[in-house]
Amino acid sequence: MSAEGQPANSLLLAVGQLTKLFGTFAACNGINLDIKPGEIHALLGENGAGKSTLVKMLFGVLAPTSGQIVWQGQPVRISSPSAARKLGIGMVFQHFSLFEALTVAENIALSMDPGVSLARIAKEASDLSHAYGLPLDPHAHVADLSVGERQRIEIVRALLQNPKLIILDEPTSVLTPQEADRLFETLNKLKAEGRSVLYISHRLEEVQRICDRATVLRHGKVTGACDPRQETPSSLARMMVGGDVAHVSAEGTGTKGAIKLEARHLSASARTPFAVSLKNICLKVHAGEVLAIAGVAGNGQGELFDALSGEYPVASDDVILISDKPVGTRGINARRLMGAGFVPEERHGHAAVSALSLSDNLILARSQSDRRAFLGGGPLGLIRQDAVKMAAKRISAAMDVRKSGENPPAGSLSGGNLQKFIVGRELDRQPTVLIVNQPTWGVDAGAASRIRQALVDLAKSGSAVLVISQDLDEIFEVATEIAVISEGRLSDIYPASDLSREKIGLLMGGMYGKTETAETAHAH
Amino acid sequence: MRIELERRADVSKLFSILSPFIALGLTLFFGGIMFMMLGKDPFSALYSFFIEPLTEVWSLHELAIKAAPLILIAVGLSVCYRSNNWNIGAEGQFIMGAIAGSILPVVFYEWQSPLVLPLMMLLGMLGGALFAGIPAFLKAHLNTNEILTSLMLVYVAQLFLDWLVRGPWRNPGGMNFPETRTFDATAVLPEMFASGRAHWGFGFAILAAILIWFMMRYTLKGFEITVLGQSQRAGRFAGFSSRKMIWFSMLLSGALAGLAGIAEVSGAIQQLRPVISPGYGFTAIIVAFLGRLNPLGIVVSGLVLALTYLGGEAVQVSLQISDKPIRVFQGLLLFFVLSCDTLIHYKIRMIWYDLNDTTGEGAR
Repeated sequence: MSAEGQPANSLLLAVGQLTKLFGTFAACNGINLDIKPGEIHALLGENGAGKSTLVKMLFGVLAPTSGQIVWQGQPVRISSPSAARKLGIGMVFQHFSLFEALTVAENIALSMDPGVSLARIAKEASDLSHAYGLPLDPHAHVADLSVGERQRIEIVRALLQNPKLIILDEPTSVLTPQEADRLFETLNKLKAEGRSVLYISHRLEEVQRICDRATVLRHGKVTGACDPRQETPSSLARMMVGGDVAHVSAEGTGTKGAIKLEARHLSASARTPFAVSLKNICLKVHAGEVLAIAGVAGNGQGELFDALSGEYPVASDDVILISDKPVGTRGINARRLMGAGFVPEERHGHAAVSALSLSDNLILARSQSDRRAFLGGGPLGLIRQDAVKMAAKRISAAMDVRKSGENPPAGSLSGGNLQKFIVGRELDRQPTVLIVNQPTWGVDAGAASRIRQALVDLAKSGSAVLVISQDLDEIFEVATEIAVISEGRLSDIYPASDLSREKIGLLMGGMYGKTETAETAHAH
Repeated sequence: MRIELERRADVSKLFSILSPFIALGLTLFFGGIMFMMLGKDPFSALYSFFIEPLTEVWSLHELAIKAAPLILIAVGLSVCYRSNNWNIGAEGQFIMGAIAGSILPVVFYEWQSPLVLPLMMLLGMLGGALFAGIPAFLKAHLNTNEILTSLMLVYVAQLFLDWLVRGPWRNPGGMNFPETRTFDATAVLPEMFASGRAHWGFGFAILAAILIWFMMRYTLKGFEITVLGQSQRAGRFAGFSSRKMIWFSMLLSGALAGLAGIAEVSGAIQQLRPVISPGYGFTAIIVAFLGRLNPLGIVVSGLVLALTYLGGEAVQVSLQISDKPIRVFQGLLLFFVLSCDTLIHYKIRMIWYDLNDTTGEGAR
């Protein structure tokens, strides 16, 4: 590290009028940002605000279209991640780049200069991880580690380069509240050493807790620069969203009816080596209920959705029941015909085909359940485009889907609007059971509150709703009952009013059954 | 310096439609340069390559004869490619269809009946479909790459045909030539018009193109093909089975290639020989893409590629050059079609690095 002893008041990083165009779309538009040595600086914004694009430019992954980056007083051009690392910029990505079949030390070695022995790397990584309170076994295989531990590898990998600036992209989205607390301690340690942290998040509470300054982005532009501790959550939210966000009202829920969806000791083996197997899952959702399943990503949520939806039917019929009828071995359309609706996590390429029009994407989910309305010509199966287009229009109007043109391709809609359409596509049928995985993942705040309200309203009208979500705010907004999934096991189901964030956090960590009562007592 | 392909924000509709024509124009231009380098007058060469075959009735018939197998095969391939199943072995399915359909006129040559022809056609489709069923089975149940298996099976089919016509099926009265006996008149596909040789194979091709176009455009099956081709996961969400789609698309394209094979043998050659196709099964891949995987577009592109075969033969005679220019033409055409499509969707950007790059990374 060459430039030791910089004057304390000079800026570590100054970004001037940085712009990145994709075609004609400006992902970042004249961004100004400066970071002082020894501060934790928040970069706030909704999904799609341009945060990731900005940091990718700082880390040399993307080349800026125009503007300049000044590092310790010198204008620089960062042409690759290794150039960024040489300058002293480290980055921890939201999606990890680790090889699951290799050990921790081997993964770290891959990002280091060649010629350093594996044993030395293992030793250094182990020392460093303990020094910062992020204990790691360098000889463990990544596949066996939890998501939180995998993140530690990334952080340690960045720290081994002795960076002056560490960029963390949405680090807590994969952590339990307890793991997040630990991470914050580490960040404060880094700050105390005079390193700077650029902390990307859309969680206001965290930002207020640990960040010294904040820069807020919206639609690729800076809409605010402030001290988050001087702001209220709602003033920060306004800067992020550009307006007030409707509050979800859960009033009137809680009148239970008959059991509409049930899983009895549902187990399913993992389909791929790195998938999660489901172990003995029991759940019941009554009419009028919203059961939310909380959990950190990658603990079997996708697998649970696949089994319940029938995309991958299970071996035995009577482990899954819809309206008291066994359906375990039946396919997704058979379950739809029994009144169930499904919204998967991934919008593009799962819930919708990006290149196809909205009306085609309507047929995607409803070709069998609405056979009579949408298909004609008997065995020929002619698609009645006029009827489908009418229905698509009805759904767009009901869910306030904003789109360019009458029937545009799904890929041209923003995440929030497409998700409103996908949810509306199911609501339009008045399903008796609705299963939703991550209903508002990557969706702007306005659309998210609309979708959550729609889920609550559906339950109020007497349907059973199952929501799988990582977002605790969302869970507390919509749920009447809450359970937690961890490593493919489901906790008991608790009434939402009986659970606190701390207790959910403990359940996320896999503490359930007997230990759970003791730990809860401790937490209160 | 490096070159980047950057996705265009919006794709010009006009140029998407014009693209095949631009590609054709560029092929003609560079084809002309090729003739010039061969020392021939490019204009008269191009004239005899592309225009002269269209000026006489008999050569229009030849055009239909050559276009028929190309269109039939390409229409089937379009279903495969749209559903993301990469059947490269239509040449083999064409040959196996021809062999299966020839069982009646070669082995049971004494049976003469109006039923012979329809049965031959059905057997041809069955033979092609069964042969395509091999890579389909391997992909659906063993997750094998169908590009490799279907391609390798082409050589199996070619050698099998070679063995048949030199061995068990050789014409006993044929002076030891490697040929089967010639088909009886009841086993010959009749001509479509009184004016020339073009047989009903062309009719089959047009009919198949219209039926598949209708299926793709109006039916749930066509929708299923499109969805599974774009995203298997979305297809599964819709309740469509990608495994069944492997079978459906491979068997359909195999059957159409087989029909093309038996129609060609029965209508144009009237016996089996060691080589019965000038690479129709491979050229059909170009036809399918030049026609944008749209059955009606494929009718047009099939005629264009058939013209390159005819024109190639014509210039061999009139300009005394080898048959290689046909291959070059077909290669040029595919190259320009693909590059025009790419440039419509992407633009090229040169990235120059500053000389005063402080990190020194750009110099690598």
